[in-house]
Amino acid sequence: MARMNRIAAVVGLATIGLAGAGVASLALSQGRINASSTAPGVATPTQLLTQPIPDGAPNIDQIRQGQYLVKMGDCVSCHTRDGGEPLAGGYGLNTPFGVIYTENLTSDPDTGIGAWTPDQFYQAIHSGIGPHGMRLYPGLPYTYFTRATRTDSDAMLAYLKTVPAVSYRPPANGLPFPLNIRFMIRGWNLLFFRPGDFKPEPAKSAEWNRGAYIVTGLGHCGACHTPKNALAGDKTGVPLHGGDLDNWVAPDLTSNMRTGLGRWSSDDIVEYLKTGRNAHANAGGSMGEVVSYSTSLMNDADLHAIATYLKDQPASPSAAAYDPDPGAMKRGAAIYSDACASCHLQEGGGQPRIFPPLKDDAVAQQGDPNGLLHLILAGGRTAPTPTRPTPLSMPSFAWKLTDQQIADVATYIRNAWGNRASAVTAGQATKMRARLGLKTVHLTDNSGDHG
Amino acid sequence: MSDNGINRRRLLVAGALTGAAGAAGAVTLHDGERGADPRTYSGTMPWRGGAADAPPIAEGGTGYTFFNALEQAFLEPALDRLIPPDPAGPSATQANVHIFIDRQLAGPYGRGDHYFLGGPWPKGVAEQGYQSRLSPAQVYRLTIPAIEGHVRGAYNGKLFKDLAVEDQDKVLKSLESGDAKLDSADGKMFFTMFLQNAMEGYFSDPIYGGNKDMGAWKMIGFPGAHYDYREWVGRHNERVPYPPVSIKGRPGWSET
Amino acid sequence: MATRLPSVDAVLVGFGWTGAIMGQQFCDAGLNVVALERGVWRDTPTEFAPTFAQDELRYMWRHHLFQNVADDTLTIRNNTDQQALPMRRLGSFLLGTGVGSGGAHWNGQIWRFLPSDLKAYSHNLERYGKAAVTANDMTVQDYPVSWEELEPHYDTFEKLCGTSGKAGNLNGKIQDGGNPFEGPRSAEYPNPPLAWPASPAMFAEAAKKLGYKPFPHPTGNVSKAYVNPLGMQLGECTYCGFCEKFGCGNYSKASPQTTILPYLMAKKNFTLRTECEVLKVETTSDGKHATGVTYVNSAGEEFFQPADMVILSAYILHNVRLMLLSNIGKPYDPKTGEGVVGKNYAYQTMGSVNVFYKDKIMNPFIGAGALASVIDEFNGDNFDHSGLGFIGGGYIASMTTGGRPIEMIYTPDGTPKWGMEWKKAAAQNYLRSSLISCHGSVMAHRGNYLDLDPTYRDSLGRPMLRMTFDFTDNERKMSAYMVDKAAEVGLAMDGASGIKKNYRKGSWNVVPYQTTHNTGGAITGDNPKTSVVNKYLQSWDVSNLFVMGAGAFPQNAGYNPTGTLAALAYMAADKIKSDYLKNPGPLVQA
Repeated sequence: MARMNRIAAVVGLATIGLAGAGVASLALSQGRINASSTAPGVATPTQLLTQPIPDGAPNIDQIRQGQYLVKMGDCVSCHTRDGGEPLAGGYGLNTPFGVIYTENLTSDPDTGIGAWTPDQFYQAIHSGIGPHGMRLYPGLPYTYFTRATRTDSDAMLAYLKTVPAVSYRPPANGLPFPLNIRFMIRGWNLLFFRPGDFKPEPAKSAEWNRGAYIVTGLGHCGACHTPKNALAGDKTGVPLHGGDLDNWVAPDLTSNMRTGLGRWSSDDIVEYLKTGRNAHANAGGSMGEVVSYSTSLMNDADLHAIATYLKDQPASPSAAAYDPDPGAMKRGAAIYSDACASCHLQEGGGQPRIFPPLKDDAVAQQGDPNGLLHLILAGGRTAPTPTRPTPLSMPSFAWKLTDQQIADVATYIRNAWGNRASAVTAGQATKMRARLGLKTVHLTDNSGDHG
Repeated sequence: MSDNGINRRRLLVAGALTGAAGAAGAVTLHDGERGADPRTYSGTMPWRGGAADAPPIAEGGTGYTFFNALEQAFLEPALDRLIPPDPAGPSATQANVHIFIDRQLAGPYGRGDHYFLGGPWPKGVAEQGYQSRLSPAQVYRLTIPAIEGHVRGAYNGKLFKDLAVEDQDKVLKSLESGDAKLDSADGKMFFTMFLQNAMEGYFSDPIYGGNKDMGAWKMIGFPGAHYDYREWVGRHNERVPYPPVSIKGRPGWSET
Repeated sequence: MATRLPSVDAVLVGFGWTGAIMGQQFCDAGLNVVALERGVWRDTPTEFAPTFAQDELRYMWRHHLFQNVADDTLTIRNNTDQQALPMRRLGSFLLGTGVGSGGAHWNGQIWRFLPSDLKAYSHNLERYGKAAVTANDMTVQDYPVSWEELEPHYDTFEKLCGTSGKAGNLNGKIQDGGNPFEGPRSAEYPNPPLAWPASPAMFAEAAKKLGYKPFPHPTGNVSKAYVNPLGMQLGECTYCGFCEKFGCGNYSKASPQTTILPYLMAKKNFTLRTECEVLKVETTSDGKHATGVTYVNSAGEEFFQPADMVILSAYILHNVRLMLLSNIGKPYDPKTGEGVVGKNYAYQTMGSVNVFYKDKIMNPFIGAGALASVIDEFNGDNFDHSGLGFIGGGYIASMTTGGRPIEMIYTPDGTPKWGMEWKKAAAQNYLRSSLISCHGSVMAHRGNYLDLDPTYRDSLGRPMLRMTFDFTDNERKMSAYMVDKAAEVGLAMDGASGIKKNYRKGSWNVVPYQTTHNTGGAITGDNPKTSVVNKYLQSWDVSNLFVMGAGAFPQNAGYNPTGTLAALAYMAADKIKSDYLKNPGPLVQA
């Protein structure tokens, strides 16, 4: 999810820099939909993050706390490249203008953060300024991390310094002029970045405030779940109302009954963050990585705090009523009945915690259907977690359904059983198919009978 | 997950077979099914969005790609004696079974990708099953002319298609029983394969070219690629009302 | 030559059910484990997906998930007077390959053997005398394992699989609705039985009328959502009818993929290599210690994988062949009866009865791999065999595995196989017929064995395995007896208008599909002169070699083998963890 934020931020920069050059539409890059194996002998992010910290160091408590905060901040999701060591960086974000690569956060003194001082680290996450005074790209969500306390910042660095050194220098960022001028970021920061510490709400409970500290700080939930303006800055007036993440959507996290968490109890939220699944939904896509590498490794008290804070968010406005085309609904119902109901059931009830219900489902009813289209086309995978390791997965329908059929079944799902959301067009499905590179069938190693 | 890996192990098979077959003075078409590269997995369950071991859907409309004119002239009337037309359901050719067999023989099945065809090739006993050196495509190619030769000899130079249906049935029964003695071909072995392929084409999913409009499924009452009968498992002696559906859908998925 | 790889604690040869079980057991004990699988990776969303799984042609008839005999097959014959010839096409049994192997495309039939099955020799000897166990050149032997030893491991596997069923004997107390003949169980099944469609329900009614005690088939097609002890989730079976020969698209059939792999693959000390075929188990020059395995991958590269323990966890035919190719253990000689490797190959005796109805709609397509009502009155030694001329037996079940029409259109006796008469019969009977299966044992026989073929070689130049097998009068008489009993129940089914009896007659034929329950060849026993492995599946000759699977069965019982071979694997794993790792060496003194 944090990766998506980087893409959004870079696109925002591009807009600043190139608007004058007449670039109007921006092809959006695709997030990593692979969950490929790591190379042999290399720990997975989960293995690294759950590695016990051995006794011995004088600041052992600080290191352990730092390990926990690195989980909370979901650092591995962005700072790990495919097949690379966790936290060694080098994950490349493809943008229409070039690739930017995440930093090496291991303890290597030359290529990693081994030589960083606590002041330098705090300056990076609090102010978005690198160790040599250079402004960092706001892909690093310092607009959120700025609320992290100095104590937490120091603990994170203390832990990172124990992560075995990996000598690896990420490739130079390939951004062409003027995006390669980090000075550009200053303007963006002036518009959208307010450095500052977390300010507790005295009227709220300690638990609520702990939740607020996580959600608006290291957890950086709004980086994806808050809508962005044209320049990829947060629309601060509508926090957590749901964001477009190029090929996914980050759903509304307010108390909206259709698109948000209105139907979820606090315990539902905790269960989802801890196990990757609950009675309403399964975590997949970018959120799947967040759950696998971050929330499922957090303690129950913090998860309850997050839930308490989120349940207190006022509902976003509801979309207007919508009457879908009866023909599309009829075709969609036929497709749904034959192709979807064996898992999600005829009445959309699903098998909770295994196959998510689609009746009342928030992803299905988001204003932006891209998350639903992505799932239908590419399939999706439930986040494996320590308590629920099964990566229950939806298969890809890209080879099976035409774009019109995908649009019809999506329209049906968005408007059946009391659901309500705008119709989906074949053009939207075509566009998503192209973005995901699914115009041709992606066969597997087992597909030996073709040809 | 490579889509185009070459499996050297299987290339070795092809080489060994060519050698053996050459030594025995026969031809084998077997060229091995494409394999996969060796891989190492560690740390997680691998998964790639959009990946699917999707079926090899038959392409190319309703024209022939494998059978020549002489073979076609045997195939179509013979198939319609195996599965004749009647009001209850389509005949074999009405269901495009001939197109199904054509596509099958042009592909991995016809090549014998899942047959071991190496020698030596003693006849063996019936319990030992298929003991030919021929791939299915070769069986059809060699046997159909032999059947027509047999028919010409027995029926005044006529072709199978020009026989009365009673005589066509007689010819097919003599192949089935092994009574028909063909020149350099095994009529009984062919018939076993032919009948099996006919049933496959009639009752398999329409994605393979046969079972047109799911006519064979409608005839017997099979709902096809449905995947959920929980609502019906406890309702005994009732007709399940689902219309048959193919892996690639049914008319209701697209009609306006 | 072969590249030498870093040594590991254990190498698993083959990655189906027993490979996954041993991998999980070993990795939890902290061992470094490498699994070598000759097929490819397979998983539910990409290879078994409900978007394409329901394809009879591709899976049943084009063998899409099965071993490709073009690469590797075996030779077959009924007796030593014949020349063995290659099985050029799969038929009688459908061998697995790939990750999960047969465990991914099985039916999910999870049975326990009867306590008396484990003592087939001594039990029958005591009850029926010497002639009963030696007739027909039978070479029946006891397992070196008691019911009490094996029971907890059956329970472990049932819980792993979320097995759905009804206990018939809980700690010695007979339970209504279960199998009253089963050995005492320590626990009820973890899930309730599946619901019955028409045919099993009607069979159960008819069986009750005849005084039998029908019960639901124990099954790994789970009846409701389930979380197993490893945290794996299984979904509810949808009765889709595409179970046997197919992968399950909605996580409702127990398989290595659904019950173990996500847990195991996450382990740092586990590595899987696919498209890697093991050529040989390497041993020290005295032949008493395995040093590892040599394998070749699909790119043609050869490797030596050193290991402290070698676990043969491929299918029985491959395990036995690897032992023969590696010169481990003395090959069996049917002339002298000496030697052990390849001895007591056995199979399953399958008979059936088709039941036809004039106007009852059976909806045969509503099915699941192990969806049946069963009677066990004629299994094992649950009935008096005096004067019957055979020992052994089997279960009789109204199976509803599905209604795939190429394979499963039943027509009455005398119907031609094609033409108008056939077509009318097919249209009339598809919905109005059902099947009663007779799933019977095969006793060990002196002439039934496995060895290496002298003529035919596989694609890698190695001798093929040679199978010499036929049914004997013991099996044919048993089949006739069972089919006649089944026919009585069939005729008593409400609305039955006719039946067709399918006896197991004549010699074993490789063409029609019967069952993939090949057993024996690496049998377990308490004496190195008469068995290949001890009760912990440890080779008598090479104590760091363990041979998993149904190859250990001294003869085959009337039940499907998976429950028992899994229980034996768990028992071996327990003993390796508790004793062998501390003190490597023979776990049983010869």
